[in-house]
Amino acid sequence: MAIMIRHAAFDPWQEIQQYQNLATSGYGATSIFIGTMRDFNDGDTVKAMTLEHYAGMTEKQLEKIVAEAKQQWAVLDALVVHRVGHILPNEPIVLVSVWTLHRGDAFDACRYIMEALKSHAPFWKKELLITDEERWVTHNTDGYKSS
Amino acid sequence: MSIKIRYFASLKDSLGRSEDDLAWTGLLSVRDVWQGVNATKPLPNNVLVAVNMDYVTLDHLVKDEDEVAFFPPVTGG
Repeated sequence: MAIMIRHAAFDPWQEIQQYQNLATSGYGATSIFIGTMRDFNDGDTVKAMTLEHYAGMTEKQLEKIVAEAKQQWAVLDALVVHRVGHILPNEPIVLVSVWTLHRGDAFDACRYIMEALKSHAPFWKKELLITDEERWVTHNTDGYKSS
Repeated sequence: MSIKIRYFASLKDSLGRSEDDLAWTGLLSVRDVWQGVNATKPLPNNVLVAVNMDYVTLDHLVKDEDEVAFFPPVTGG
């Protein structure tokens, strides 16, 4: 299991490959979620974003979330990578990868980790709009509701 | 009793500072901590609170050298 907070852009596919080669074996299923910065939100064009976090609590909460997933599903290994700092459109924000024996556990545990991260991990987004106005994102959407 | 208080994101911006310190004697809840350092500003309705990096309710009692954090709903991912 690994939790990583990154202050610079990362390549999620490289992260998965490296981690899988070094740490993971015996799996039959891998479920991956990658969140990417959009260049629009709430009807406005967004040209950049700053992601603030509560260092220490972020890692503590993510470790707790992954431990909860391991209690509920047969997770062999998990990797969570999250960006902080200045982010540009199309850059990855978050990666969750879960390795299991079978697909059901992989899908469900990956979904659980991602949804729990959205509601409990202390990160905050501040958007820089095309107009140069800055605004805090006030809430995350419910991932189980269709948009 | 000495308590360190931290603020994040929009709450930090609206208060104009990221930290406070509070010296106190006797029982002190998280709600009391807020009032002790923000007497003229009501606690925002949607605020989240952590003590030593774990989520707590506003009635949670703090101990000497605890770190109390107040912040708005999280928006990562």
